[in-house]
Amino acid sequence: MNTPLRKVGVAMLVMVTLLLANATYIQVVQADDYRTDSRNSRVLLDEYSRERGKIVSEEAGQVLAGVTPTDDQLKFLRTYLNGPMYAPVTGYYSVLYGAGGLERSEDEFLNGSDPRLFVRRLSDMITGRDPRGGNVRLTVRPSVQEAAYNAMVQNGYTGSVVALDPKTGDILAMVSTPSYDPGKLASHDAEEQQEAWTAFTEDPANPMLNRAIRETYPPGSTFKIVTTAAALENGMTADSGVTSAAETTLPGTSTTLENYGGATCPGSTLADALKYSCNTAFAEIAGQLGKEKLEATAANFGIGMDDLAIPMGVVPSGLGDLESEAALYQSGIGQRDVRLTPLQDALLAATVANDGVAMKPQLIKALLAPDLSTIEEFGPEELTGEPAMSAENAQALTDMMIQSEANTSGGGKDESLKIASKTGTAEHGTDPKATPPHAWYTAFAPHDDPQIAVAVIVESGGNRGLAATGGTVAAEIARSTIAAALGGG
Amino acid sequence: MAQPAGNPGAVGQQYTTNPPRELPRRRGTELMLLAFAAFIVTSAFVLVQANQEQELSWSIVWYGLAYLAIFAVAHLAVRRWAPYADPLILPCVALLNGLGLVMIYRIDLANAQEAIAIGEVTSGSAPRQVLFTVFALALFLGVLVVVKDHRTLTRYAYTFGLIGIVALALPALLPSSLSEVNGAKVWLKLPGFSIQPGEFAKILLMIFFASFLVAKRDLFMTAGKRVMGIELPRARDLGPIIIAAVVCLGILVFQRDLGTALLFFGIVLVMLYVATERIIWVVVGLSMFFVGALIAYQLFTHVQQRVANWIDPLSTYDEPGGGYQIAQGLFGLGTGGVFGTGLGAGRPETVPEANTDFISAALGEELGFVGLAAILMVYLILAMRGMRSALAVRDTFGKLLGGGLSFAIIMQIFVIIGGVTKLIPMTGVTTPWLSAGGSSLLANYILVALLLRISDTARRPQQPAKPRQPQPQAPLAEAHTVMVQRPPAGQPQPGVDGGSTP
Repeated sequence: MNTPLRKVGVAMLVMVTLLLANATYIQVVQADDYRTDSRNSRVLLDEYSRERGKIVSEEAGQVLAGVTPTDDQLKFLRTYLNGPMYAPVTGYYSVLYGAGGLERSEDEFLNGSDPRLFVRRLSDMITGRDPRGGNVRLTVRPSVQEAAYNAMVQNGYTGSVVALDPKTGDILAMVSTPSYDPGKLASHDAEEQQEAWTAFTEDPANPMLNRAIRETYPPGSTFKIVTTAAALENGMTADSGVTSAAETTLPGTSTTLENYGGATCPGSTLADALKYSCNTAFAEIAGQLGKEKLEATAANFGIGMDDLAIPMGVVPSGLGDLESEAALYQSGIGQRDVRLTPLQDALLAATVANDGVAMKPQLIKALLAPDLSTIEEFGPEELTGEPAMSAENAQALTDMMIQSEANTSGGGKDESLKIASKTGTAEHGTDPKATPPHAWYTAFAPHDDPQIAVAVIVESGGNRGLAATGGTVAAEIARSTIAAALGGG
Repeated sequence: MAQPAGNPGAVGQQYTTNPPRELPRRRGTELMLLAFAAFIVTSAFVLVQANQEQELSWSIVWYGLAYLAIFAVAHLAVRRWAPYADPLILPCVALLNGLGLVMIYRIDLANAQEAIAIGEVTSGSAPRQVLFTVFALALFLGVLVVVKDHRTLTRYAYTFGLIGIVALALPALLPSSLSEVNGAKVWLKLPGFSIQPGEFAKILLMIFFASFLVAKRDLFMTAGKRVMGIELPRARDLGPIIIAAVVCLGILVFQRDLGTALLFFGIVLVMLYVATERIIWVVVGLSMFFVGALIAYQLFTHVQQRVANWIDPLSTYDEPGGGYQIAQGLFGLGTGGVFGTGLGAGRPETVPEANTDFISAALGEELGFVGLAAILMVYLILAMRGMRSALAVRDTFGKLLGGGLSFAIIMQIFVIIGGVTKLIPMTGVTTPWLSAGGSSLLANYILVALLLRISDTARRPQQPAKPRQPQPQAPLAEAHTVMVQRPPAGQPQPGVDGGSTP
C-alpha cells in the first residue's frame, strides 16, 4: 500500500506546484494588467485617500485647488476656489471620471507618487505621517484671471482670453467660457458626480472644452502681425508702398477678395495697411512672399509646433496647405485654413512685445514639497530658439500696432495703458457672409515696457451678430484685462 | 500513567533481534515551532494594527493571549495523549489558523470603517472565529482522548457512514428556509447558529470508506477481463465508485455545491486507488468525472456561468452572477504582486467574501506572491507529514485513512485556491483553518487530531506487543519459510503490508 501512497504524495506535490505556477502567472506575469485595470479601484482609492497637493496662484498664493478632510472612505475632498473661473487652469479631479487638465498632467506630483518626492515620502513613512502630495504653484495672477473671466461672463460671451507675460512666457490668465464647476465632479457623492458629468458633457455649449489651448479658430486679421513680420524680415519697411485697392482677384480664379466693408484703403504704406487692416494689401504681400518665407516666420512665432505643453498639451496651430497663390492670398489675412489657438494668438502679440522672440508659455512657476519648500522652479525659456523678427522690426511692428490701437474703437479705451494691438474679425462656417464672425483682439501693454500680452476671442460675434468686429466686441475684454494687470502692479 | 516506552525492557531484549527503538518524542521541537508560529502571528497582528489604525490597541493582547492559550492547551494535550505525534503537524495548523485569524480581524477593521462611514454597526467575525477555535480545540481534545487508537474507529465504520450520508443529504432534504444561505443549500440552520454538516460528513465518510475498503480490499483487487492489456475491474466491483459518483451528482444537483462534489469525488478516487493499487480506478473515475462534468455543463446554467467566469472573468464582469468576484480577487492578487501591499495596507475587503472563500486572495494581496507561496508550502508540509505518518503506520486502515486525510487537505486548497487564482473554475469550498466559519474549522481540527493520532501510532514503540511475545515465539520458530519482516503488532495479515504485494 505504500507505493500508491507515495504516488499520491507526488500527485499532491504536483497539485501544489500547479497552484504555485499559476499564482506566479497571476501575481508576477499578469500583475500589471490586473493592477492597472480600470475596474480595479484599489490603486485609485489609495491615491484618493492620500492628501492631494494644492494648486496655488502666483499672486498672494491663493489656493485654487485644495483639500478638506472628510469622514468617508476617500478621506479628502478636493475643493476648488471659484471653480468655473479657474477650471481651464486647474482642470478637474473626479473619482469616477479621472482627472483632466492640470490635475491630470501634474497628477503624479499632486498625488505624491512622483519620484522627486521620494525622499520625503520615505521620511514620512519613518515619522509615521501619511504621505502627502506635492503642491504646484502657478504663474496665474488671480486679479488678471478674474478681470478677464468676469468681462467674458458679464457679456455672456463664448470664447477665451489668454494673458501672457511676454518676457517670460508666464501665463497670467487663461479663461474659457462658458465654463464648468470642477467642484461638482470632485464630489464624493457618486450621483452628484454623475449628474454633473452628464450635464457638462451633454451641454451643446461644451463647457468642459478648454478653448484657450484645445480649440483652434481662424485668426482673421490678427494674423496680419505674422504677415507683416515676414514682410519686414524680407526687406519691406513700414513705409513700403502697398496696394490700396478695395478688392483684388485671387490669382488663377475669378473670386475676389475685399477689404472690410468693401472700402478703399485710406493709406498706401505697410503701416497704413496694418493700421486700417487692409485685406488686399496683406493678401498681395503674402502672395509676393510665397509659402516658404511665410511659413518660416510663422514657425518662429510657434505656429505649427505640435509638442507644446504648458504642461497640458496644446493643440497645434497651423497655416494649412499653401500650395496655390490663391491660398497664400487668403492665408495672408488669416483666413482659409489658417487656424490658431487663442494661446498662439496671444503669442503673436507677446513675440512682438519681446523684441521678436517668442517665449515658451508656461503655467507652472514652481513645484513645492508638502512642506512648501521648493523642489523645482521653472525659468523663462525661448519657444523656438530663433527670433521671429529682429528687434528693429519688432519695434517697427510695435509702432504700427500702436497706430492700429489708435484706429480701434470699442469700450475701455485708456491712453494711459499704452496699448499696442491688432483686431481681427474672422469669417467662418459654410456660409461665411451669413455667419456672425469670430471677434479677435490681440495686444500688449505698455508698449514701451511690455508686461502683458493678451489675446481675446469671442466666438460668433458675441452679442452683436453679423455686425461684430474685433474692435467692437473683443477689445473691451482685453483692455479691462490689461488694466487689471497693470493696475495691480 | 504507564510510560509508553519508559523501559525498553530486559524481557524483550533476549527474544527480539529487532528491539523497539526509543524514538525521540520531539515534543520540544513542536513547542519551539509553536512559539515560532506564535511569533509570526503576533507580528502579523502588530502590522495590521500599525497599518490600519496607526496605533496599537489592547485587542492585540487579548487576541494574542487567546491564541497562546489555545495552542498551549493543544500542545499539552498532544504531550499527554499523543506524545509520539509528528512535531510539525500542530505548528503548521497553528500558523494557518493564526494567519487566518489575523486576516479575518483585518477585514473586520476595514468593514468596520466602511460601516462607520455609512452609519451602520457591524459585528466582527474575528471574535466569533476565536470562539470557534476554542470549540474546535475542545473537539480536538475530545478526539485525542476518546480515540486512543485509530483502529477502534473501524468498529463504528458503518455507523459513521450512515451518519455521514444523512448529514450530507440533510440540507438537500430540508426546506430552503432551514438550509439555504446565499444560494448554497448546504447549511443546517439551528437557533442561534448554523452548521455545514457536509464538513463533518467529509471526515465521517472517509473513515467509513477507509474501513470499508480495507475489509473488502480483496474484492477490488481481483482482476476482471483483460482488454488490450488492461485489467478491467469486474462490473459488480464498480459498485462503490458508482455510489460515490451518484452521491456527488446528488450534491451537485440538489445542493448546487460543485466544490464539495469535486472534493468528495477526488478523495474517493484516491482512497480507492491507494487501497487497490490499481491505476485503472483512477482512469475509470476520471473518465466518469469528465463525462459527468460535460453532462452537468450541458444541463445546468450555473455550471455554464462558472465556466464562463473561469475562462474570462473580466468579460463577464458586469453580468449578474458573473466574474465580478473572481476579477476583484485577481485585481487584489495583481495589486499585491510579488511582495504584497503589506498586512493592513491593501484593500482586500473590496472582494466579496474576502474572509471566507476569497481569503487566499486577501492574503495574496497583502502578503504578495511570496506570502501566498509560503502558505501553500505550509499546507504542503502539513500534508506531507500526514502522508509520512500514513507510510510509517503499520495497519492498512491507518494508512488509508492517513493518506486520505492528507490528500483531503491538498485537494481542498487545490479546489479553492485554484478557483480563486483562476486555475480551475471557482467552486466554493472552505480554505482549511484559514477561512472564517465554524463548521470547517471544527471539522478540520478533527481531521488534524486524527492525523496526530495516526502519526503517534506510527512512531510509538510497540509496547503492547511485548507481554504477548512468549506466545507467538513457538509458531514463529516453526515457520522457517515465512519471511517475517516486522513484529506482527496485532495485525491479522502481517504479510500484506510488507510491500511485497503483487
